[in-house]
Amino acid sequence: MNLISIEDLSVRFSTRSECIRAVETVNLDIARGDHVALIGESGCGKTVLGMAVMGLLPKNARIGGAVRYREHDIIQAAEPDIQRIRGKEIAMIMQNSANTLNPVKTVGSQIAEPLLIHQILPAKAAHAEAVRLLAAMRFDEPERAAERYPHEFSGGMRERILVAIALACQPDVVIADEPTSGLDAGVKSQILVLLKQQMADRTLFLITHDMGTAYFLCTRIAVMYAGEIVEIGSTHDLLSMPMHPYTQGLLASLPSAGLHPIPGMSPSPAYLPEGCRFCARCPAATDRCSTCHPPLNDVSGTRQVRCFCYD
Amino acid sequence: MIELDTITKVYTKGFLRRQKTIAVNNVSLSIKKGGSLGLVGESGSGKTTLGRIALRLIEPTSGMVRFDGVNLTALSRSALRQIRPRMQIIFQDPDTSLDPRMTVRNCVAEPMKIWNLVGPHEEEDRILELLEQVGLQPDLIGRYSFELSGGQKQRVALARVLALNPGFIVADEPTAALDLSVQAQVLSLIKSVQKKTNLTLLFISHDLQIIEQMSDTVAVMHKGAIVEQGTTRDVLKTPKDPYTKNLIAAAYESETWLGKERGRSL
Repeated sequence: MNLISIEDLSVRFSTRSECIRAVETVNLDIARGDHVALIGESGCGKTVLGMAVMGLLPKNARIGGAVRYREHDIIQAAEPDIQRIRGKEIAMIMQNSANTLNPVKTVGSQIAEPLLIHQILPAKAAHAEAVRLLAAMRFDEPERAAERYPHEFSGGMRERILVAIALACQPDVVIADEPTSGLDAGVKSQILVLLKQQMADRTLFLITHDMGTAYFLCTRIAVMYAGEIVEIGSTHDLLSMPMHPYTQGLLASLPSAGLHPIPGMSPSPAYLPEGCRFCARCPAATDRCSTCHPPLNDVSGTRQVRCFCYD
Repeated sequence: MIELDTITKVYTKGFLRRQKTIAVNNVSLSIKKGGSLGLVGESGSGKTTLGRIALRLIEPTSGMVRFDGVNLTALSRSALRQIRPRMQIIFQDPDTSLDPRMTVRNCVAEPMKIWNLVGPHEEEDRILELLEQVGLQPDLIGRYSFELSGGQKQRVALARVLALNPGFIVADEPTAALDLSVQAQVLSLIKSVQKKTNLTLLFISHDLQIIEQMSDTVAVMHKGAIVEQGTTRDVLKTPKDPYTKNLIAAAYESETWLGKERGRSL
């Protein structure tokens, strides 16, 4: 049974001169307990997709398709209905811990806030719960940490505070957008271990550009390029045998694989090519690739690839 | 080519400057001409401070920097200025290191104009040559930096540095703000330029795997001091210092899978 179904989701932003196609016909099912990673580079639309699942897209976004969560369609639902779900059943760990936390409120009150808003606990109990969450996030002196302000913490600590806020209401689904970007290797692995423990009986939708993070936390990976999903597979299959030329290129770009770059750049989301969007950078491109747009084909039961190579 | 001799940098603050922070503690390093040294450490270890001291962008509290046998720390401002074009830096964040009011053309031309390296007739050709060298399309010449992607901006920063034909470059986490595939492009570009022009490179990064690709020798920095240095291969293969061992374990922990998964599929 799917907990979240993204169906033919498209998101466009119109400016005066151009139409930016940020996300196009994305289909993705996330079952209960599933840990899915969405991998892609900046500008590929992965954060927009995450925001769509949270119902947080700005008003000027033109949205097509549906995001189904239980009996709700998050795209069509009225804002008060989404507010009852958001933070309580679906929580998000936002990118960039420095800007996400409120600088003038104590950490404890920010962790307690969702508990109060959703009327789960009265004020005193909510504060005690915030202290308990900080302890679970391995803060040495949780009572004192709760009384302090975000600027008094390091990047890794702030990231753990964000995780505590997201987990406050015991949500079923957590959407994590680049939870470890900008952290040192040592701090990063601490956060990853912590996240992995906390996600053991939850559903995780991880948005990242980091293969190591996706490998460590997720059982399934979807690769996004220029607004569309180009490959989906189990973590093991996808990393050991990447099929789409873009996935292959990404893996070869890793420092540990010798830094072999993919030539060229991603197309602008305002001027997408007619055929395959990876065509101009693809070593296996043929004439057909530049004129026809490849569909996302099933290769096996769990594997889908958007490439004519696997017709 | 470049030698750092017992460099120490102490920052003081508070009443009578009594609170001391030792940012760099008694560090000695040297890089041969055409060589590449990777300086690795976590944030706050003092690696950026050391990189800037190597160019005398920051004054060391004590110690000496020698560049081609010249003692940089003893030079007057005007003498230092004469030597500046031969030593350049690529900063971490191209968003803040490029002037938003300059086009790519002006940005790349500026250092050459200051040093009178080209006449007005050759200028355009030289700019185009530099853009080609860093893999930028010639039609980007009239763009402003906000119109460029992160990778393109870092290429412009590199073109600007190369415009002066420097002998020594400090690259301070040049790809920290870039995506995986763009990072690979920019790093392999820096590497090929370094080989071609026999540049001496001080490459600062917190990522050991990148250092492994970029540098022949490596120095590991922890709390302001160098805890281990040697050839990249030796240090990574047989680290002696416990801090280096931890750093290597942390860096490769999440990535050992790639080797394993790859190995299985082959």
